[in-house]
Amino acid sequence: MGPSFPPPAAKPNSRHTVALVGPPNAGKTTLFNRLTGLRQKVANFPGVTVEQHTGRAKISAQRDVFLIDLPGIYSLKPCSEDERVTHDVVMGTMPGTSKPDAVLLILDATNLTRHLTLAVPILSLNLPTLVILNMADDLRSRGGEVDPAALAAQLGAPVALISASTGEGVEKIFQFLEGTAAADHRRSEPLLQLPVLQTVPRCRQWAMQAGRGSSYQAPAHSAWTRRLDAVFLHPVAGPLVFLLVVIAVFQTIFTGAKPLMDGVQNLVTSSGALIANVLPESIFRSLLIDGIWKGVGSVIVFLPQILLLFLFIGVLEDSGYLARAALIADRSMRRVGLQGKSFIPLLSAYACAVPAILATRTIENKRDRIATIMIAPFMTCSARLPVYTLLIAAFIEDRPLLGGFLGMRATTMLGLYLLGFLAAFGTARLLKSSVLKSEQTPFLLEMPPYRWPTLRSLGLRLYDRAKVFLHRAGTVILVVAVVLWALGSLPLENGKPPAIENSIVGTIGKTVEPLIAPLGFNWKIGVGLITSIAAREVIVGTLGTLYGMDSNTQSVGLQQALQKDLTPGAAVALLIFFAFAMQCMSTIAVVRRETGGWSWPVAQFAYMTFLAYLGGFIANHVMSGAGPSALALFR
Amino acid sequence: MQLSFKKGRLHAGPKPLPGKLSELREGEAGILDRIELPEAVSQRLMELGFIPGTSVTAAQSAPGGDPRVFRVDGTEIALRRETALHLILKR
Ligand SMILES: Nc1nc2c(ncn2[C@@H]2O[C@H](COP(=O)(O)OP(=O)(O)O)[C@@H](O)[C@H]2O)c(=O)[nH]1
Repeated sequence: MGPSFPPPAAKPNSRHTVALVGPPNAGKTTLFNRLTGLRQKVANFPGVTVEQHTGRAKISAQRDVFLIDLPGIYSLKPCSEDERVTHDVVMGTMPGTSKPDAVLLILDATNLTRHLTLAVPILSLNLPTLVILNMADDLRSRGGEVDPAALAAQLGAPVALISASTGEGVEKIFQFLEGTAAADHRRSEPLLQLPVLQTVPRCRQWAMQAGRGSSYQAPAHSAWTRRLDAVFLHPVAGPLVFLLVVIAVFQTIFTGAKPLMDGVQNLVTSSGALIANVLPESIFRSLLIDGIWKGVGSVIVFLPQILLLFLFIGVLEDSGYLARAALIADRSMRRVGLQGKSFIPLLSAYACAVPAILATRTIENKRDRIATIMIAPFMTCSARLPVYTLLIAAFIEDRPLLGGFLGMRATTMLGLYLLGFLAAFGTARLLKSSVLKSEQTPFLLEMPPYRWPTLRSLGLRLYDRAKVFLHRAGTVILVVAVVLWALGSLPLENGKPPAIENSIVGTIGKTVEPLIAPLGFNWKIGVGLITSIAAREVIVGTLGTLYGMDSNTQSVGLQQALQKDLTPGAAVALLIFFAFAMQCMSTIAVVRRETGGWSWPVAQFAYMTFLAYLGGFIANHVMSGAGPSALALFR
Repeated sequence: MQLSFKKGRLHAGPKPLPGKLSELREGEAGILDRIELPEAVSQRLMELGFIPGTSVTAAQSAPGGDPRVFRVDGTEIALRRETALHLILKR
């Protein structure tokens, strides 16, 4: 990967690079999004696991400024990986990234004394720096104040009081960017006497003086935050709210997403039928309809569900509740050797393991972080839902249970969630009591004040997610669909596609069949297991393509085709296989990247596949041996 | 800076042991004296505001009393009991 812009040597003055630096939660992301809009890119810094967000800010019709958003830091001491990256970039020693021409230092004005300590190391870099005091709206509404001009005089650097979320004062940033882009006025002499001994207490003392010198009046504690915490952290009400939130998340993605998903499904089906009507019967039509439309369409259907889940996580995170949830969860997480911070990534893993694994970066302790990465793919991610939904609808009769409160299908679904959950925590225990055993690291969690999530920030998150998901559907899954179609239609017999079992894919499937026969799977499932290593949901598309091409099952839907082709034991085995197996290329890739080598992802893949096989084997045998009473639940 | 010590009676002994942050109950405050933890940990704690000489107030906790939120320097930071045990208060 790496930066995709032209090397700086080409035209020395054409690209002007500005780095965004600030402590966590100062509003860096919000400001970055406001300055760049959708003109941004995410990549990785070379050699490390830290993400690099870059984007362009338009300062005039012809001029763009190149912005780099750096990870949130409390100091420039390169202790953690995040801090080292920020340190290297601003020092100009990061390979592939030129030394920034200027710095935007973004600080939370409601927390000025603490945040101003970061100004000491940043200003001593001697780069043109704009000190941005963010959250002006919040500062004012809670009765705080600060004199930016006086602070600027103290710091010897321009100061802008702004609000990244409302856009107030952002024009001052553009003015600064214009100024630095026009003239290369590097400061030659430091304008202020900065503390030479950069110990934290010394910096803090200096920051307090600077604050006093600019008539800084710290805002009153947010009354709302106090009031809300009295409920959310109440010994009884707190855990109840926590439970309600978790239930609400599930309710939304299962019930709320249904009409939207049906809508997308109808759109895919009707558009496919429309095209089929227009095109003449040919091998090309077969490729388009049976290969691409069915394969990709069956995956796109899940977009609404994924977006709803990310919307929920976005609201929880932006509102500040997620930190309280981590606090409440800490005790339970500690039982399995993890900590409250693992809760956030693990909750995200219900949407997708990839962002969850990226979210583990907030865990400072390396061993806790790897343990969290190792168990995250066990959580029931949304890519498993297509598989679960299909098999449950085909094989489980929806009888009311508990007086109609829960259906048999919903219970099965919950059971699968529970299974993944237990596997995750069992594994965490195992890891934390063996290879990843560590002394308990200090659990330090900042409680941000509660805030209203903004539509803008939520919208950008969803846009980002939709882009990633559709990109995958448009690349990996499209390729798999086309390749499969080709393998299933070749070699031609008398210029016509062969019967599916005589095709290449049929041969491959039959080769692996003996291996998976103990689980009750036939060769079609075998093909699905192979293709779904790309991504779990691919198996649905694959089976759709395979049964769609089989003349025996062409006329019936996928559900009926499966009912004819699989025993209930095999169906349950398949469900359990998918609960455990690590069928996802993206996850494997991201684990490799985040753990810095192949050993963890390989071990993880082997372990999860072993559990999946064992679970499927046991399920198939128990179900086949079960009496007719148990089988009566199934059709 | 305002002090509000735990209402502790002085015992007859010559040197009463200094209190620890973990001993504060909800709403009580104390002045931090020192952090008895490895360098890297105490550095991070100081960056978050736990600087010797600063007043720290105990706030709510997770169910069961651990971890607990502490108000320091205008922010709220949650610490586990096992960490708060090593933050020694001025007596
Ligand atoms: N009231 C207010 N909230 C803001 C402002 N800027 C950011 N926020 C909120 O502060 C929180 C942290 O912001 P974020 O951009 O994620 O911070 P980062 O960790 O520095 O990237 C989010 O909930 C934002 O919505 C602002 O100017 N005013």
